[in-house]
Amino acid sequence: MTDDEIKTLFLRELHRIAPEVELSEVDPAVDLREQIDLDSMDILNLAIAIHEATGVDIPEADYPQMTSLNGCVAYLRSRTS
Amino acid sequence: MADFLMPSLGADMEVGTVLQWLVKPGDAVKRGDIVAVVDTEKATIEVEIFQSGVIQRIVVPEGEKVPVGTLLAVIVTNGEGVVAAPEAKPKPAERAPVVIAPPPPAQPAPPRIAAKPAPEPAAPHRARISPLAMRLAMELKVNLATVKGTGPEGAVTKADVERAAKAPPLPTAAAPVPKPIEEPAPAALPKPAVAPIDHHTAMRKVIAAAMARSKREIPHYYLGTHIDMSKAMAWLQAENLKRPVTERLLYSVLLLKAVALAADEIPEMNGFWIDGAFKPGEAVHVGVAISIRQGGLIAPAIHDVGKKNLSEIMASLRDLVKRVRAGVLRSSEIADATITVTSLGNEGVESVFGVIYPPQVALVGFGKIVERPWASGGMVGARPVIMASLSGDHRASDGHRGALFLNTIERLLQVPEKL
Repeated sequence: MTDDEIKTLFLRELHRIAPEVELSEVDPAVDLREQIDLDSMDILNLAIAIHEATGVDIPEADYPQMTSLNGCVAYLRSRTS
Repeated sequence: MADFLMPSLGADMEVGTVLQWLVKPGDAVKRGDIVAVVDTEKATIEVEIFQSGVIQRIVVPEGEKVPVGTLLAVIVTNGEGVVAAPEAKPKPAERAPVVIAPPPPAQPAPPRIAAKPAPEPAAPHRARISPLAMRLAMELKVNLATVKGTGPEGAVTKADVERAAKAPPLPTAAAPVPKPIEEPAPAALPKPAVAPIDHHTAMRKVIAAAMARSKREIPHYYLGTHIDMSKAMAWLQAENLKRPVTERLLYSVLLLKAVALAADEIPEMNGFWIDGAFKPGEAVHVGVAISIRQGGLIAPAIHDVGKKNLSEIMASLRDLVKRVRAGVLRSSEIADATITVTSLGNEGVESVFGVIYPPQVALVGFGKIVERPWASGGMVGARPVIMASLSGDHRASDGHRGALFLNTIERLLQVPEKL
């Protein structure tokens, strides 16, 4: 999976979780819990979507690493390469 | 013969707009079927029917706004002679998929009203439309009769409505106005079916009405206690390690189950204060306060929480949050809650003392889990601690029973494996 594919997947799922968010305004470096008020249910849904698309099972302890767009890309790269 | 009335979906609802009928005269319905989609100030609600039978007559047409209690349809109940037996009833579940609720458009399109009122489409061939597309059409004043559906089986989707709204204005259409809601329909044009609802303002208004009523009528008392969550969190962590990501639990599920079991033990917390007397709930349906990121909140119920296992509660909670975000809930979820839980989550603060949602008699609040020094058995250690609070209706219960209720929640959370 390329970085761009991961980004597309992440943003698509983010749109499902938070339809009111303007995706072009999301800062890829900032934690989405602070940036757009995602809660633990939203983060879990993100983890589930990423798992379903990539097959990577993300342990609960790793959730904090994937709560920003850049963090998620880096995390998945480390898990898939 | 039975009447199907505009339901009261909570203490804060006075009127509702019939967005869509999912049945037509002659259709057989059974208890629990979703028969209509109704727009309230807070959300789009799929209204379930409580009587099995056959729809005889639809009284209130789509697009009409009527007060709670208005006769919407007449049903011939089972056992009565059924005149027009239907051949096959379309399952309500086969509706067009619900699309994600859009944020209100920054620049609402000018009203577009066809020069001639659209004739009522023949019922059996009515184009299908998702509830949200319907709502959007009303907000944008798009005449649905002129919209071509591109969804499954020709269903009209949100995108179709948006496209129609962007179409070049008709010569008779008024110049763009920033707030269509205040635009009086020019006399020459047919009146739109209903005034579009500004959900943000409307939601603030209904919350204001319900909370003001609560504080005016309910003599609240407040209790709070700190609960050691180390056993619960350790159990949850170990449990989640065993579960695939799709099956994992959030700690709020433990809290919901503990509240439901405690409400079973202390029944004065569970039910309603109606006409000067306490009416205990028949089951524990826990309302879960879910905040809407654009502002406001709603507390739909998870039914029979005490009888569900943790995985089932988690599945219900996920489903509920998803549908709150999409803006579509079911009538039973809105009307049935017998007690409410508000949990601030880990982005919140340490304590909350909530306002009871009338006619309920108790609200349980949970702050965020924080690590705190905790003395036990003469030793001090760092433990994850949550602050549980109870807002109780003093007409229905006293502080002593309230304290017992909170202590029961605490006791249950010490044996998470039994929840």
